[in-house]
Amino acid sequence: MDIIFYIINTVISILTVVIPLFLIVAYVTYSERKIIGFMQSRMGPTRVGPSGLLQPIADVLKLVSKEIIIPTNASKGIFLTAPMLMLVPSLLVWAVIPLSELFIISNINAGLLFILALTSLSVYGVILAGWASNSKYAFLGSMRSAAQIIAYEIAMGFALVGVLMLSGSLNLQVIIQEQSGSIFNWYWLPLFPLFLIYFIAGVAETNRAPFDVSEGESEIVAGFHVEYSGMAFAMFFLAEYMNLILISILSSILFFGGWLSPFQGTFLDIYFAFVPGFVWLSLKTMIFIFVFLWLRATLPRYRYDQIMRLGWKVFLPITFFWLTVIGILIYLKYLPL
Amino acid sequence: MSDYKNFTMNFGPQHPAAHGVLRLILEMDGEVIRSADPHIGLLHRATEKLAESKPYNQNIGYMDRLDYVSMMCNEHAYVLAIEDIMKLDIPERSKYIRVMFDEITRILNHLLWLGAHALDIGAMSVFLYAFREREDLMDCYEAVSGTRMHATYYRPGGVSKDLPNVMPKYMLNKNQNLDQVEKLNYNREGSLLDFIESFIDRFPKNVDEYENLLTDNRIWKQRTVGIGVVSPERAVDLGFTGPMLRGSGIEWDLRKKQPYEIYKDLEFDIPVGTEGDSYDRYLVRMQEMRESARIIKQCCNWLKTDNGEYISSNYKIAPPDRDDMKESMESLIHHFKLFSEGYCLPVGETYACVEAPKGEFGIYLISDGANKPYRLKIRAPGFPHLASLDEMAKGHMLSDVVTIIGTQDIVFGEIDR
Repeated sequence: MDIIFYIINTVISILTVVIPLFLIVAYVTYSERKIIGFMQSRMGPTRVGPSGLLQPIADVLKLVSKEIIIPTNASKGIFLTAPMLMLVPSLLVWAVIPLSELFIISNINAGLLFILALTSLSVYGVILAGWASNSKYAFLGSMRSAAQIIAYEIAMGFALVGVLMLSGSLNLQVIIQEQSGSIFNWYWLPLFPLFLIYFIAGVAETNRAPFDVSEGESEIVAGFHVEYSGMAFAMFFLAEYMNLILISILSSILFFGGWLSPFQGTFLDIYFAFVPGFVWLSLKTMIFIFVFLWLRATLPRYRYDQIMRLGWKVFLPITFFWLTVIGILIYLKYLPL
Repeated sequence: MSDYKNFTMNFGPQHPAAHGVLRLILEMDGEVIRSADPHIGLLHRATEKLAESKPYNQNIGYMDRLDYVSMMCNEHAYVLAIEDIMKLDIPERSKYIRVMFDEITRILNHLLWLGAHALDIGAMSVFLYAFREREDLMDCYEAVSGTRMHATYYRPGGVSKDLPNVMPKYMLNKNQNLDQVEKLNYNREGSLLDFIESFIDRFPKNVDEYENLLTDNRIWKQRTVGIGVVSPERAVDLGFTGPMLRGSGIEWDLRKKQPYEIYKDLEFDIPVGTEGDSYDRYLVRMQEMRESARIIKQCCNWLKTDNGEYISSNYKIAPPDRDDMKESMESLIHHFKLFSEGYCLPVGETYACVEAPKGEFGIYLISDGANKPYRLKIRAPGFPHLASLDEMAKGHMLSDVVTIIGTQDIVFGEIDR
């Protein structure tokens, strides 16, 4: 009886995360179009529903009702598996994200490791999609993506080592609690260079501008998903936006105190005590999502070899250097372990 | 294994960066281009042949459709060729109007180039900002000719209409309330010249805005500096003109070197580059927009004080006044003959060229004394530029091909004709 109750409980908590997540993804696309629209002095969607609010729903309906075209010489099995390989890891990751003090689907000890493992997995989706499409454009896209992921995954991993060194735990809930105290106890202060590298590597990891070389619109058309249509394309699309939200939420958890109130340790704390942690987390996440969109509206695209240079020659040495600095500071007891 | 090293890729004609219908056959070693073979002809409309069967005046409209982002400059070369064969003097006012619209066209073209080039390299916003300004210039086209693009405004002997004294205004509609409409109309209360002046006053600030986004942007520099380098000697050998030549450091501008119309009376500078790479060509074009604004300003000032004729009063080549046609038999006959048979040019041949935004746009015209050209050859600046694509792209990467196509400012209307 207990086991059934446990399963039902888990399913409900999964649904409470996944269903809102899909809705959020839909409206992140809407806000992306609106925000970038205002940045580019145009309106964004206005036609479907009041000020275009139903646009994402219409988009979903369109994508669902479209045919999935499989190119003649494509490897059919892999072609259809690839989008799932993209989507499933980016959904699974949410199991270990602490959304508030209490709510977390699975509070495992190796949470950060779990996230790193799963996010690196999604590159297989990209590579297989490009390979299975049997198109030169898609192939170039997946080649670029493979090279890029290796360059950035390493810098990203090392950036997170800094967090591990300070918190002494892989458990995300513990990492957040270790940051409590005040806004200056959050890890962005001691780990500022690592935070920047983590965020930039995150942008590269999600294949978004200015690192969108693997789908570089003006060079290789749509890159790895050039042959995909309908729901198969929608899965890539969903995965991309879910990763975007994920990188934003991880940045706020690892470097900006997650669900901790920014007023902790000040006299304002008692006035804001009623605000649930989830609200703080979402606010911080939204700021990062905004930065993602802002980058996209402003910056030109890197060339693929320049990205590699940035990853290997700039980010990696900086992370090594800063990890050494952090290590020395901890050894000299300037920073708590 | 070495036999299988390179692979060919078909780039276009349906490609976001193909600028219309460019088809490139790329031979690539990984991402590195070994050779690029442009295929042309997908937008061929036989303009040169068509022109041989139409009276002179009716060909002006075809000229707009050659380089369809610098419309009036194409017309200009054509009417200059006709006027040259006829040895026709045109009124001073029409010269100023033509020069002013040539420069408006240059800004139009460079704005589109800037937007498309930036979009190719991945900077989205510049495209929309550039189109915001283009909209006002299109309105100038519309005010004088009735159309936003294919104006057919220049005529042998002058221009088809005088500058209007009123600007068309936005009307109240369901999407904009009264305040918004008034805001849109703020510089449309006066004449066209007032409107152009108000545009020219704010335009340099807009160029600063674009430069702010791009010029010192590290990514932009990484993507353009050292890409598609052409040495000054090669640029001359390859037949480059316009910003492509000036980007390589050669100060050649037909407006200065072979001044036509009233360019010799106007003050402006020719920006030149030093390195001959895409970044230099970008800087040259940005500076050219500012210089164009200067020229337009001078033309505006002159035109405001002048009330002369806008088209020659030789009714063999220019239509008579509408009012006269109601009264005078000759006017009616002139009108009828001009719009049906046209006029005959003396036997002769000429080459007339203008400094179009993309380079030297020339018309080689042979007349056998009939009312239509015996032969019309169009010298399109884009053609030699495209021909050098292979040389420019060799050894660069796929992303740089897109940059190079952008920096060449290719439009297929004129290349395929």
